[in-house]
Amino acid sequence: MRDAYTWAAIALIIAASMTGDVLLSYSMKRVGDVGTLWKQQGLLAVVLRVIGTPTFALGVMAMGVAFYSLLFGLSWGNLSLVVPASASLTFVANAVAARIFLHERVGRRRWIAAVLVAGGVILMAA
Amino acid sequence: MTFRKYLVLAGITIFSTLGDSLLARGMKDIGNIPLHDLSGFLLVILNPWVALGILCLLAFFSCYMSALSWADLTYVLPATSLGYVLVAFIGHFGFHEPISPTRWVGIMMIAVGVGFAAAGPSVTPARPVLEREAHSAVVTQDVNS
Repeated sequence: MRDAYTWAAIALIIAASMTGDVLLSYSMKRVGDVGTLWKQQGLLAVVLRVIGTPTFALGVMAMGVAFYSLLFGLSWGNLSLVVPASASLTFVANAVAARIFLHERVGRRRWIAAVLVAGGVILMAA
Repeated sequence: MTFRKYLVLAGITIFSTLGDSLLARGMKDIGNIPLHDLSGFLLVILNPWVALGILCLLAFFSCYMSALSWADLTYVLPATSLGYVLVAFIGHFGFHEPISPTRWVGIMMIAVGVGFAAAGPSVTPARPVLEREAHSAVVTQDVNS
């Protein structure tokens, strides 16, 4: 039962952080290059524009859910399982989600990067 | 990709690593927070380590948002994972923690993975635009032939 709770928490972390990352990336693409915007209109305009993007707030909320799921996951399972399992699977899930929802062209180069990084994270925690 | 943009990516790696380490250091002072008295959660920010850690995480979030405004998610994410490598190096050279061969292999894999992503384009056009371009290319070809 403990295992089931731990894996449920891991699944929730992955789903929530994937949702958060996609929403935040989508929002920032709509805001546009903040460096250029800052130069043209000042920092306050950048902050207002970011906060004024509705999907940004949703993304931050999803990140909050991911953070609390991590805390709950850590209270049920071991640090050495929860952190690498959720981090590495999030990399792969994000690559899939970025391709589907953000229409990023995830070429062979980025697939290799995602898989290598995910594998590396698992080994580092081993 | 300009030098300033690489600085922002470096900021993501450094601030997230520093922030996490400072939070961990601060929480060691505080110890376990009893679940029946959550008011302790509000007071943790008074710990200087935790306060510094939160500042670093805010800096990380700003860099992360800035990077996402001009680069793909699948380009930025591998950069965040360099933090794992940084922590291992700090532990090894700063605190003389041993690094097992398995962890060295993991470090190599992450470094090579990040290199793979970083060597490619930082932003790819959305597919609908590409299809439109491909379509118009075909049309021009037809006209020409």
